[in-house]
Amino acid sequence: MNDQPIVDAFPHWQRFAADLPGDRVVWSEVLPGGAHWSWRLSRGTSLRFAALDDRANCSVVLYAAHDPLERYNLPDSLKAQHTAHYTRGHTLMSDMGRSLASFTHDTLGWHDPFGGLLDSTRMAQKYGEHRYEAHRNAMYRSGRDGLLVEIGKHGLTARDLIAPVNLFSRVTVDPNGRFVFDDQRKTAGASVELRCDMDVIVAVSTAPHPLDPRPGYQPGKVGIAAWKSGAAPADDYCRGFRPECARALHNADVFALA
Amino acid sequence: MNTLKESPLDVATAASRHRLPAGEPWLAEVKRGQTVRIVDLDGNQAADILFYNRHDPAEHYDATGTMLAQGGIYLSTGSVLRSNAGNPLLTIVADTCGRHDTLGGACAAESNTVRYALQKKFMHSCRDNYLLAMANADVGLTKRDLGPNVNFFMNVPVTPEGGLQFADGVSGPGKYVELRAEMDVWMLVSNCPQLNNPCNAYNPTPVEFVFWDPVA
Repeated sequence: MNDQPIVDAFPHWQRFAADLPGDRVVWSEVLPGGAHWSWRLSRGTSLRFAALDDRANCSVVLYAAHDPLERYNLPDSLKAQHTAHYTRGHTLMSDMGRSLASFTHDTLGWHDPFGGLLDSTRMAQKYGEHRYEAHRNAMYRSGRDGLLVEIGKHGLTARDLIAPVNLFSRVTVDPNGRFVFDDQRKTAGASVELRCDMDVIVAVSTAPHPLDPRPGYQPGKVGIAAWKSGAAPADDYCRGFRPECARALHNADVFALA
Repeated sequence: MNTLKESPLDVATAASRHRLPAGEPWLAEVKRGQTVRIVDLDGNQAADILFYNRHDPAEHYDATGTMLAQGGIYLSTGSVLRSNAGNPLLTIVADTCGRHDTLGGACAAESNTVRYALQKKFMHSCRDNYLLAMANADVGLTKRDLGPNVNFFMNVPVTPEGGLQFADGVSGPGKYVELRAEMDVWMLVSNCPQLNNPCNAYNPTPVEFVFWDPVA
């Protein structure tokens, strides 16, 4: 038996989240553009997302780990906070009125809640076919396929796939209700953090945003670091952001206590 | 964009009519080719509706997919309501209201505690309506199938600053929206009982459903 077993767990976070307290970082990853992964995380763990290139997009879906029937609810979160975008202070609420995760840090000010996912049909129409046989791991991957793979690891199916939050992307709505994707935004160097307010399953895809009009399949890399931030304190910024956030965090607190 | 369009169909030739009282649920089948008109009888009443493939309850209405395919948030004449498999469920073929919402979702006891006060927990809600209708029908639909719905007759604009408003005043007494089913669907309705905001003008009222069979 080795005295010091060797594991190639590289401390990626030192490159993109050097301000985090090193003794509380649990793991870090660099996801190539188009990649997908998922984790089970405990209440009090935070995920720092860092865009390492321009044109980064990170689609995120959340399910309660104790029972994935409880899941992030897009309309409940938007209408409770009277918002059509997310930034620091907002919480991602479940259908059960509890905060699954909160935005505790954000350098961009706007993350897209309703643009949805790139599927393989739209991807092929936009970028052409780029399959494994000819392109190996440079193949094009869609956000929908990536999230189906990830939630499938947790026993969930297409029936359970929900509308994601698209971190790093900005979609506005014109007076006629039409979507306008912000293709001028430079994402490199931007970062945003989600604090888990419950034990959650988090699945992500770094495939392009479906409304991104720019030619070429070039989604940016995204660094992700998990660290033990602790649960929301009494003087938490998100609790004070809106009374609705305070009540959603209260509902998560009493769930954790019972 | 003017999407107002009156229907050529005459209620006298309808195959059936159903008055849904204020605050109540209803699960109904709409067959492929049938047209269903939803009438806001007294005005400003939100009809919260979900649609499913009648032969596969795992295939449900997809709000973000529907918005993405049409490139915008409002539903009106010409909008195709799409499923999570990308298939057309229904098409809006007439609309005298002009704008319907699919961002605002359906009210629930749990979200009422967040939005208004913890003590609002025991008020009647759309979620209760959905769960009860699904339990009584016993056709394989459960809570996992409750995704974002359509709010007919509701006006929920997004501001340039990224705010979400619950505006009012688009619908009125007798206004209607008409849909043609593109496949056999379940239509799961909650005639919204919400009393904490103006979505039903603080006075929930009945809506009517009128069905026409396809012309042979």
